[in-house]
Amino acid sequence: MKCFSRYLPYLFRPPSTILSSTCHTEADIISTVEFNSTGELLATGDKGGRVVVFQREQESKSQPHRRGEYNVYSTFQSHEPEFDYLKSLEIEEKINKIKWLPQQNAAYFLLSTNDKTVKLWKISERDKRPEGYNLKDEDGRIRDPSTITSLRVPVLQPMDLMVEATARRIFSNAHTYHINSISVNSDLQTFISTDDLRVNLWNLEITDRSFNIVDIKPANMEELTEVITSAEFHPQQCHTFAYSSSKGSIRLCDMRLAALCDKHCKYFEEPEDPATRSFFSEIISSISDVKFSHNGRYLMTRDYLTVKVWDLQMENKPVETYQVHDYLRGKLCSLYENDCIFDKFECVWNGSDSVIMTGSYNNFFRMFDRNTKRDVTLEASRENSKPRAILKPRKVCVGGKRRKDEISVDSLDFSKKILHTTWHPHENIIAVAATNNLYIFQDKVN
Amino acid sequence: MAGADGDDSLYPIAVLIDELRNEDVQLRLNSIKKLSTIALALGVERTRTELLPFLTDTIYDEDEVLLALAEQLGNFTMLVGGPEYVHCLLPPLESLATVEETVVRDKAVESLRKISQEHSPVDLEVHFEPLVKRLASGDWFTSRTSACGLFSVCYPRVSSTVKAEIRQHFRTLCSDDTPMVRRAAASKLGEFAKVLEPEYVKSDIISLFTALASDEQDSVRLLAVEACVSIATLLPQEDLETLVMPTLRQAAEDKSWRVRYMVADKFSELQKAVGSEITKNDLVPAFQNLLKDCEAEVRAAAANKVKEFCENLPEDNREQIIMTHILPCVKELVSDTNQHVKSALASVIMGLSTILGKDNTIEHLLPLFLAQLKDECPEVRLNIISNLDCVNEVIGIRQLSQSLLPAIVELAEDAKWRVRLAIIEYMPLLAGQLGVEFFDEKLNTLCMAWLIDHVYAIREAATCNLMKLVEKFGAEWAQNTIVPKVLGMANDPNYLHRMTTLFCINALSEACGQEITTKQMLPVVLKMSNDQVANVRFNVAKSLQKIGPVLDSNALQTEVKPVLEKLATDSDMDVKYFAQEAISGTFCFHPPSTKSLNFNLLNFLFLFFLCSSGPRITIPNQQLKAEISCKQNYTFTGYLLMFRNNW
Repeated sequence: MKCFSRYLPYLFRPPSTILSSTCHTEADIISTVEFNSTGELLATGDKGGRVVVFQREQESKSQPHRRGEYNVYSTFQSHEPEFDYLKSLEIEEKINKIKWLPQQNAAYFLLSTNDKTVKLWKISERDKRPEGYNLKDEDGRIRDPSTITSLRVPVLQPMDLMVEATARRIFSNAHTYHINSISVNSDLQTFISTDDLRVNLWNLEITDRSFNIVDIKPANMEELTEVITSAEFHPQQCHTFAYSSSKGSIRLCDMRLAALCDKHCKYFEEPEDPATRSFFSEIISSISDVKFSHNGRYLMTRDYLTVKVWDLQMENKPVETYQVHDYLRGKLCSLYENDCIFDKFECVWNGSDSVIMTGSYNNFFRMFDRNTKRDVTLEASRENSKPRAILKPRKVCVGGKRRKDEISVDSLDFSKKILHTTWHPHENIIAVAATNNLYIFQDKVN
Repeated sequence: MAGADGDDSLYPIAVLIDELRNEDVQLRLNSIKKLSTIALALGVERTRTELLPFLTDTIYDEDEVLLALAEQLGNFTMLVGGPEYVHCLLPPLESLATVEETVVRDKAVESLRKISQEHSPVDLEVHFEPLVKRLASGDWFTSRTSACGLFSVCYPRVSSTVKAEIRQHFRTLCSDDTPMVRRAAASKLGEFAKVLEPEYVKSDIISLFTALASDEQDSVRLLAVEACVSIATLLPQEDLETLVMPTLRQAAEDKSWRVRYMVADKFSELQKAVGSEITKNDLVPAFQNLLKDCEAEVRAAAANKVKEFCENLPEDNREQIIMTHILPCVKELVSDTNQHVKSALASVIMGLSTILGKDNTIEHLLPLFLAQLKDECPEVRLNIISNLDCVNEVIGIRQLSQSLLPAIVELAEDAKWRVRLAIIEYMPLLAGQLGVEFFDEKLNTLCMAWLIDHVYAIREAATCNLMKLVEKFGAEWAQNTIVPKVLGMANDPNYLHRMTTLFCINALSEACGQEITTKQMLPVVLKMSNDQVANVRFNVAKSLQKIGPVLDSNALQTEVKPVLEKLATDSDMDVKYFAQEAISGTFCFHPPSTKSLNFNLLNFLFLFFLCSSGPRITIPNQQLKAEISCKQNYTFTGYLLMFRNNW
């Protein structure tokens, strides 16, 4: 893809990580990454329950090229490991998803969730502090009460900028299964949290009750044939949301029709091709992520081998299908054995819905231009990226003969997977999480 | 100003000021709540020049502190120097009106509305109106939503040019990009319409109303329904049809159930606002549709309004409308698939009988009541029973009693104790309506059975119920029917039942009067002072204290006092304590020795929370010993569980 070249390679890591990528702890693995609605902030969550927020540097006259660089703005512990004593279950602190709220005042708000609990965080700046006490003098010594002859009102003085993160709301005790996604409604009043079998609707201001709007739990758990894998609100229509299932289908629900959305109003599914049917068909057709396009016309889904784009008006088949790593089709057996086949890859749109990005193995990620139908494989790695160089497309060889620069399927590293990526809402800036490293790439300025 | 008065008066104020920034939220909150004291000490000038600027920037605090601050500032006019200086309060309230927390913003707006009344017309234009404009054109929607609530208070008091500006601002906010602001505008539309000149209501408000009512977001549309009520009251009857009704009809058939729900929920208000003619022609069919809506939530909301709607129908053909249009729908709802709909209907359906009169009630409503009394959902049955009084007035309860009884018995034995609790609460009412004979015959046994229920809350409610019954039927009835049964329980092998006797005596003594208490109850209580279980013994002490005022002084001195004195030397610490309490309470000329009071204080504190009436927990070993020695038929864990129930 021509337009997408790397101008500045930025490599961010969560603080407290050791620089060498071979020596990281499990807790540092990035588990989600998300730009806010303006693209000024970027948040990552990791397996250790931490959230790191990056802020884009403002343009400065002295260093014009530094525009676009993202620096750590705030780091906080969002979730702690917990133990459910009633069910004897450990609750991991891993952040499953982060969603930003549209900005409502000078502070920023985000929702973060682990398997059970969603939290609303406020990230705010403080640059003034009160000075002057009545009972203490300037050095903090307690004054003798008898010497107090006049009252002093504290005065606010400027101080170094301090960024604070405070948990404003905790939405808990509503999920029996693991939360896989959260999504904020365009009415800015509600959000949904989704677990394997249920979708719950919350008011952002009310934590003591939520409404269960979808429940696919069968009366008898032995009859369970599918689970919900992801759900998202429509970007403009506040009454529409979609959820994907492990059977490769997507259901679109209209909250206007009824209070309970157990009945969908649209059902997107592609009939299976009998020719390619195999033992793994069901596993690889499971949808790991569903995303509405920014304009609200399309739905994108990611399954193990492909990305599909669906027109909301056409339920029987996707309008576009892109192969992400078709060369793995022959290796499904070994991918099943090392559990990689259950990896949950996410997918994202660019700001204008013209390009799609999703991850793969060996630190590769893929981009598909929907207009030109061109695609590219790029690699997120520190070893072969020099500053200001252009990111070189990579190729995986499928045939017998391997050309120079090509990598054979057998030498792909399946432990280096890119599951989480995000795209700046307006510009060509992407953030790619590769285990414990966060790469931010940007196309040419000017 | 202070200072010359000396340190004594300054010191507490100094502490309060310093605690405005204490790390402990509770202390900050405390200081903020005493803000008026601080301001008073500082004097009006320093309040204006120092305190208010400081408060303006203190918006980083916890919500509860900000909420308290916003509230305080609404009452601060005199503390800044009176109406002349009231505008000094605007900056801190302005910054509070932009915080993200809705409750704080709302409180700030409330205070702003309050102090707007204290502004002179000039100040209003010079200070207040610019603030409203600033908020209305703020970058963040938080400030724009706050502005929506301020237009209506300043509009009536400003010049016509400013009025035009305000209308323009309101128009802009009604078509704001963010649904939050449109919602705020929609919810203030009615209020704003009220202060507008009639010509602008027609020219401005109607178009805004129509636009909001067809907003793309249903969360906005549903708020327009509320505005519809106030707009309809402002317009002359002849304009309603053309200006409001199209929108209302559209709302009643909206695609979104939430909007229809809102229409159903506001139906009585709408009905009053549009008048009887439109009600007959338009609202009756609309209401029928809502009662048949496909969404249960809407049906439930509409069902809730059935009585009110029927009541407010125009008198002349009310009965005809109900019989031909409403009742058929109601009949269907009785067998609705959703229990919330049924129970909503059950809570109001009895009210229809007063409107329809005796004959119609017997012919049409009675079958419905009977069907609901047999409903599978306990809530439906309960709702019917709780509203029996309406029917009683019209047709007398005898018509129902045959079906009523099985329904009551079933509820009384329901497996869920909360259902049992609910029916107990209706017992006095039922008893009053069914009469003493019917009660003795059918319900008395139920009331006694509750006394030995295994859930403490039920036993407690049952005792209270007995007291109310005695108040209703009189002491003689009590003596013949319930007192013997209650006293009989004093010999029960289960100590919990023996204690229930004591609790009943506590409750009944006053209602039964001195004679029954002295002659029948007191001997039983006194006898129980020899009970093996300490819990019973200390409850004897408590009971004696309780019934003391009802007894005559002779009985007190000769019978009660010796027993209490004996209990005061009991081997059990708690029995001793409560006996002494009773002695000092009943015979105040015998104060307990300080020593024993101290000795028991800790124990008392412990008991205070844990066992004012149920089984107690003392030192586990001792208790365990007591239990074992009593050879009671329960285990220690069982005991703890009961304890939890009692909680």
